[in-house]
Amino acid sequence: MTVTMADTAARPPRRPGRAKRLGLYALLVLVAVVAAGPLYWLVSSALKTNPEIYRYPPRWVPTDLRWANFKDAWDAAPFGRFFINSAVVALAGTAIEVCTALMCAYAFVFLPFPGKKWLFLFLLGAMMVPGHVTLLPNFLTIARLGWVNTYPGLIVPGLGSVFGTFLLRQHMMTLPMEVMDAARIDGAGHLRTLFRVVLPMSRPMVITVSIVTMVTKWNDFIWPLIVTNSTDMRTLPVGLLFLKNQETYTNWGAILAGTVMVIVPVLVVFFIAQRYIIAGLTQGAGK
Amino acid sequence: MSATDLIPDGVAAPERPPAAEGASRRAGARRKRRDHLLFLAFAAPNMLLLLLFAYWPVVYNAYLSFTDWDMISATKGFVGLGNYTDLLGDPDFRTTLWTTVLFVVGIVAGGMLLGLLTALLLNQRLRGRNAVRTLVFAPYVLSGAAVGTLWLFIFDPNYGLIHPLLAPIGLAAPAMMTDSHWALSGLVLVYLWKNIGFVAVVYLAGLQGLPKEVYEAAALDGAGAWRRLTRITLPLLSPVTFFLLVTSVISTFQAFDVIAVMTGGGPGTSTSILSWFIYDQGFRAFDAGRASAAAMIMFVVLLLMTAVQARFLERKVHYQ
Repeated sequence: MTVTMADTAARPPRRPGRAKRLGLYALLVLVAVVAAGPLYWLVSSALKTNPEIYRYPPRWVPTDLRWANFKDAWDAAPFGRFFINSAVVALAGTAIEVCTALMCAYAFVFLPFPGKKWLFLFLLGAMMVPGHVTLLPNFLTIARLGWVNTYPGLIVPGLGSVFGTFLLRQHMMTLPMEVMDAARIDGAGHLRTLFRVVLPMSRPMVITVSIVTMVTKWNDFIWPLIVTNSTDMRTLPVGLLFLKNQETYTNWGAILAGTVMVIVPVLVVFFIAQRYIIAGLTQGAGK
Repeated sequence: MSATDLIPDGVAAPERPPAAEGASRRAGARRKRRDHLLFLAFAAPNMLLLLLFAYWPVVYNAYLSFTDWDMISATKGFVGLGNYTDLLGDPDFRTTLWTTVLFVVGIVAGGMLLGLLTALLLNQRLRGRNAVRTLVFAPYVLSGAAVGTLWLFIFDPNYGLIHPLLAPIGLAAPAMMTDSHWALSGLVLVYLWKNIGFVAVVYLAGLQGLPKEVYEAAALDGAGAWRRLTRITLPLLSPVTFFLLVTSVISTFQAFDVIAVMTGGGPGTSTSILSWFIYDQGFRAFDAGRASAAAMIMFVVLLLMTAVQARFLERKVHYQ
């Protein structure tokens, strides 16, 4: 069952047997079911009444949809507030981070500086620092700044960009220098060149970096867990943990509805922009 | 507006007007200084953030690991290597290290194998393979907290799917997450489900970049499918395998969210891996010294592992 390009491209054009093809399709279906089955089960169960959730044997398709589970979740915890917090952290955080990453990448590509290479190594080196090593010191820094339970506390420590800066720099190095010179001669300063010339020419890469950054921030769990201790500052994933603990398995309908609320925005973004997401997350694999 | 709008048709970049030697050198020096300053202005925000929230924490964490501090008192007692010797002598911590090894090996080995098989399947010319690729990758982008909650429901001994799925083949359903014999395997299963898509997609990209001619030659030589896989495909994929190995080990060591939601390190200490231990010591027991020492141990382990793997890469791995 190896790469069978030879089977189709080279001679003799041996057709894989019918049995083999059927087997491969069966495997493909199995893989699809294993991957998507739990997600289907989540969404369908989130719409079931409690007797149906607790029914044995399970019913694969809910008989009557109970949207009230979402209302239950909404009433059990301030999900609207969690949603706003998550959106602020993910959107504002991404906007700032991509801006600083863009400027940093631009500087490394188009501006001279003594010892630039070493500075770039310094930048890359930050990738070696595991998140768990920074938890306690960063919490202490944020506490000292009085930022516990605030948006700056949630956002600022995550703003440093290594990966995004790296990707943007790699991309900018492929841009034709003449265009930059032309912009300069037309009297554009570096800031103007960056936002009017380089940015439009880097659109796919900027989209990739932005979406991946946004999804990462939306899903982040441990930092919001640590840096918030009031209900109204929790983000969705952390709020979900507390909803689950509070409902202690008694009301699965509400818990699952809450879970759906956490994943649906990301799933929607993923299905729309999967090309960019997959490209961004798997960068660096080839070499 | 596209960048090319800025360049008038058919006009080459104009040459710089000739100027007197000295004046131009002075102007050049001034421009150079201005460009250096601009570099600083552009790069500083990002670099300072990394300095403050990535590098400084390592230094401060190292310092904390030599102290005894409850995170409240004004003073920190200096205990030298005390926290480290304490930890290494603590049976609970040794259990944590062993659990971490099982957890990482289970997820990385299982994920690489299943991911490779999935990639080989998706590389066949089958209808619908792109849709399946998308489905398989989807769990990877989901919040671990949500994934953990979902799987708690699936593993629920009373209402979950384990019982109905196992009953027809005559197996009793274990109480996956509340039985200390099963909880770690349960976590490994969930992380496998979440991560396999990533491995598969990276392997698939690797497979699609392989040179066709080699396979054509092999087919002419009469090499069977198994021989082509083991003698051509896997060796040619070794850089991809190496990349996946390094990234999987590093990320699995830091896995946290699914654990926090599904087991909280329990039952007992059966799923307390290093990342949970650090959080537990720091933010639940408020023992900054022990938490920092454990974090430093994680840091050193990951650094060593990367270094060893880099050496291995230099010597053994086949480059295209």
